[in-house]
Amino acid sequence: MNTSMNWLKAYVPGLSASGKDFGDRMTLVGNKVETMEDLGENLEKIVTGKILSVKKHEDSDHLLICQVDIGKETLQIVTGAPNVKEGQVVPVVLDGGKVKVDHEGKRPEGGVSIHNGKLRGVESFGMMCSIEELGSDRNFFPEAPERGIYIFPEGTPVGEDAPALLGFRDILHEYEITSNRVDCFSVVGLAREAAAAFGQAFHFPEIKKVGNEEKLSDYLTVELKDSELCSRYTARLIKNVRFAPSPSWMQIRLRTAGIRPINNFVDITNYVMLELGQPMHAFDYEDISGQKIRIERAEDKEKFVTLDGVEHELDSSILCIKDGEKTIALGGIMGGENSMITDKVKNVVLEAACFNGTNIRLSGRKLGLRTDASSYFEKGLDPNLCEMAMDRACTLIEELHCGEVVGGMVDCYPVKKEEKHLSVSISEINNLLGLHLSGEEMKAYLLPLEIQTEVKGDSLELVIPTFRQDLERMADIAEEVARYYGYDKIPSTLPLSSTVGGMHPNLALNRSLRHLAEALGYNESYFYSFESKKVYEKLLLPENASEWQQIMISNPLGEDFSVMRTSSVPGMLQALSLNNRHKNKDVKLFEMAKLYIPKSLPLTELPDERMTLTLGFIGEGDFFSLKGEIEELLTHCGLNGRFRYDGNCEKPYYHPGRKANILYEGKVLGTMGEIHPDVLKNFDLKERAYVAVLDLEEVYPLAGDHKKYTPVAKFPAVSHDFSLLVPLNVTAGEVEDAIRKATSPLLEKVELFDIYEGAQVLAGFKSLSYNVSLRAKDHTLSEEEINKVREELLNALEKIGVKLRDM
Amino acid sequence: MNTFNLEEIGKAAEERLRSAMDMNSINEIRTHFLGKKGELAEAKKALKDLSAEERPAFGQLVNEVSQKIEKEIKERAAELERALQDARLSAETIDVTLPGKKIRYGHAHPNTLALEEVEKIFIGMGYEVVEGPEVEYDSYNFEKLNIPKGHPARDEQDTFYINSNILLRTQTSSVQARYMETHKPPLRMICPGRVFRSDAVDATHSPSFHQVEGLVIDKNIHFSDLKGTLDLFAKELFGQDTKTKLRPHHFPFTEPSAEVDVSCFKCKGKGCRFCKGEGWIEILGCGMVHPKVLESCGIDPNEYSGFAFGVGLERIALLKYEIDDMRLLYENDLRFLEQF
Repeated sequence: MNTSMNWLKAYVPGLSASGKDFGDRMTLVGNKVETMEDLGENLEKIVTGKILSVKKHEDSDHLLICQVDIGKETLQIVTGAPNVKEGQVVPVVLDGGKVKVDHEGKRPEGGVSIHNGKLRGVESFGMMCSIEELGSDRNFFPEAPERGIYIFPEGTPVGEDAPALLGFRDILHEYEITSNRVDCFSVVGLAREAAAAFGQAFHFPEIKKVGNEEKLSDYLTVELKDSELCSRYTARLIKNVRFAPSPSWMQIRLRTAGIRPINNFVDITNYVMLELGQPMHAFDYEDISGQKIRIERAEDKEKFVTLDGVEHELDSSILCIKDGEKTIALGGIMGGENSMITDKVKNVVLEAACFNGTNIRLSGRKLGLRTDASSYFEKGLDPNLCEMAMDRACTLIEELHCGEVVGGMVDCYPVKKEEKHLSVSISEINNLLGLHLSGEEMKAYLLPLEIQTEVKGDSLELVIPTFRQDLERMADIAEEVARYYGYDKIPSTLPLSSTVGGMHPNLALNRSLRHLAEALGYNESYFYSFESKKVYEKLLLPENASEWQQIMISNPLGEDFSVMRTSSVPGMLQALSLNNRHKNKDVKLFEMAKLYIPKSLPLTELPDERMTLTLGFIGEGDFFSLKGEIEELLTHCGLNGRFRYDGNCEKPYYHPGRKANILYEGKVLGTMGEIHPDVLKNFDLKERAYVAVLDLEEVYPLAGDHKKYTPVAKFPAVSHDFSLLVPLNVTAGEVEDAIRKATSPLLEKVELFDIYEGAQVLAGFKSLSYNVSLRAKDHTLSEEEINKVREELLNALEKIGVKLRDM
Repeated sequence: MNTFNLEEIGKAAEERLRSAMDMNSINEIRTHFLGKKGELAEAKKALKDLSAEERPAFGQLVNEVSQKIEKEIKERAAELERALQDARLSAETIDVTLPGKKIRYGHAHPNTLALEEVEKIFIGMGYEVVEGPEVEYDSYNFEKLNIPKGHPARDEQDTFYINSNILLRTQTSSVQARYMETHKPPLRMICPGRVFRSDAVDATHSPSFHQVEGLVIDKNIHFSDLKGTLDLFAKELFGQDTKTKLRPHHFPFTEPSAEVDVSCFKCKGKGCRFCKGEGWIEILGCGMVHPKVLESCGIDPNEYSGFAFGVGLERIALLKYEIDDMRLLYENDLRFLEQF
């Protein structure tokens, strides 16, 4: 919300701070200034001048030579503007002066300088200017000509500062008003804060009771049927409305808030809304059938056309203003086409009401309709404001002679909002803030905020005005004290109690896994938690795959972000694909984040959130490098037993011959494999890609520091190489199992060091060469022992069809 | 008797050693003179033919010559070895300016770097790092934090809903609510994590981002403690000359509340393009925990008070590394990631 400093000064005359200092101080007391605009910037040496004569330029079809009286002297000014006439008062930029906007509509930084010069041989001393050159436009100055010089009203004195007369000698501050400070969505609210911040007196605008001898009840009755959605409804009647432009002071103030002056009547309602924060609405009295207004909910499926010509379908959650027979307005949101004010209006019913903020917000959202009025009501207004605003508007209507105010006001106000009485402890406030203020000091901060304060012992006895509905308890009062004492003056201390810092072992494990993945060359990536359901189609998943059981977001940002992910593979493949498209080579990525697995759908309880480590790469590396890295990662987590791999992994997005479940102590910790070429194509990946997915929720219980020292062996090891002929259908894993079983407990190490398939090997077989080391803890192995083990080993191998290869 | 001219043997050995240019020749010389069938061995054999009077003197002479040759062989061998090594070293000279072998260590994401930094600071101050669910009940995300149904703050935060009861958390304060319910004061914790708000993706917005929120609850916790804590945090994070400024603000879950600016660490508060000429950069929101929040999480507000604060990780990462577009954080382009 933009607020003019000049307008504030009307209520706080003692304000003298510069725009910058004012903004900084307001920010420090909690009314954050977001931006500041000096309306008078680059408007220099511009005065009002009266055109004494207009003569045609001899050497030009369109140039005119004017003699202009600027008070102290008369200047000759040559102009191309078609609208100048003798007797007009116009803005004149003097030699060395500045305007904001140039002829092409651009706003150069530093403005546009004007100097004396010659136009086709005729001297011109300065320039007369348009409203556009002064930085505004016909939207805000409807009286300005479409093309040409701005003309002041008759009788405007000459030699005056023209920008000041137009309201440009002003500074606007844009505030960020927080939702608890409804009262600050008004000029008086900010003025009250400004007065308190600068220790100046605050003068509330003068409000009188006005009205003729007639009785409103002879004209109108009001029935408030839903006091839950409308806590107060006031109405008055203005007879014989006379439309005219509003006075310039009011137009200037409206413009500072970005509101276009229209006519005295509309301007007054807008003015009161800005000044006091209470929106008002006007009905044409002739349109109100039965001289009756009812405030009640709409019928379900009721159709209603708002004054912007749009038809809406209503329901019973929406509050309507109705007359004797029909709906005439959506309460607090927008009036109806059927009762709008036109130029022909004679008598006007003026409404000031207090609607339920939450309901206005929800109704507005339902109807897709947010108006100036509804944006005020949404915040939840003070019902006591209605009467004040109504009186203020009627005072202005009389002052500006725009109609005859009928005596009396309809006021439906079933439960009057009373001032709150609050008693808070001074020592508790000090303890909360870390201060040692006296009750009197606190009182001095509270009084300017119109909080009546009495100090009684350790307690502050407070009366809270109804416009401060946010003040409910000690902490709220503490904040008022703190912000005017100054947050900057509160000391910096540290909490006295001591606790031990740390993190959950799972979080610590995540951290070391991340660091290990980095040590293995993987770069950390962040994927979104939600994605499109369509990316799952790219994974070739069968209909019954668990990945399809996704949690849907009911109000997603779009299809691309509509389901919570049940797999990290799409995210990884998208990231690899992006890198592939950008021609990055040898890309290794990892991600550590959650998958969201619902326990049932639709969701009735929170899903299982599974922390998942995903590794993926393109370029250098293969299935086995990935496998080695996974084992390195997990071993470092304390999983120092043996990993197993089962090729019957069911994930269809892997290469059918290069995929595995990763098993440890019988648990599936994850899957890994090369990505299926069809899936690569679906993700627009032009290189082979490998991915491993580790379910850390399975890893956590296994992880830990399981290290135990084993003494370094004292007796020598015996090492043997075996070249084996292995049937193609027997896996290396099975061979190794057999070796381990047959040689335990003497086995120290078994290592595959050569694989060969080809011409030199019997058809249907492959050659695997192992190095087997045996060692006893307590003696040197004897020849017999070694031979016995060797025999048992060969027997075991033979059982699975494996033979020693003839060397 | 003196067929063995020992002196000449010694001289001959000396001469041959001088011309020996490799270890093989040296070994030959050793065999020739000192070997089992070498010249000195022959001389020793002659000893037995000598008279008892002659024997000691001759024996001594043989030994002397033998030792001298032995010594000369050692010296020559050492000399040769040195020369050989020098030759090898000189042949092995490399161009040390040739590039090193690339070891491609991976890189942490800027968000994570910021997170670890924040965690380090707060663990050092006695805070426990705690996580909680990202898909959350309305009650933990809103109700218990003094944001009842219909509260305007619910609109401001543009929540993603799963259904009327379950949503994607908009703030990690939900973890604080859970923590307060299950732990007894004194409490000191931070809760980092992913949060979600319905903001379309652009240079400064993302529908999912990360927060770290902190909470301290104990007897006699003051607003001044909050100030001191955040001041310390800002100094640790952005440098010891960093200043903090608290501005009054409003959050439903704290009272009093504040927004916190830190002095711009680029211009040291003078005002620059980075801080838009302000000299200050807004980085977090904070306040004293609202009594209603304490109450709804089972802590007696008459006995305990506390403070809470929240900071966006992306905000820190963007500031710290001068990243100008938030989208880069979620694109995962290697050329970006490798810079951290």
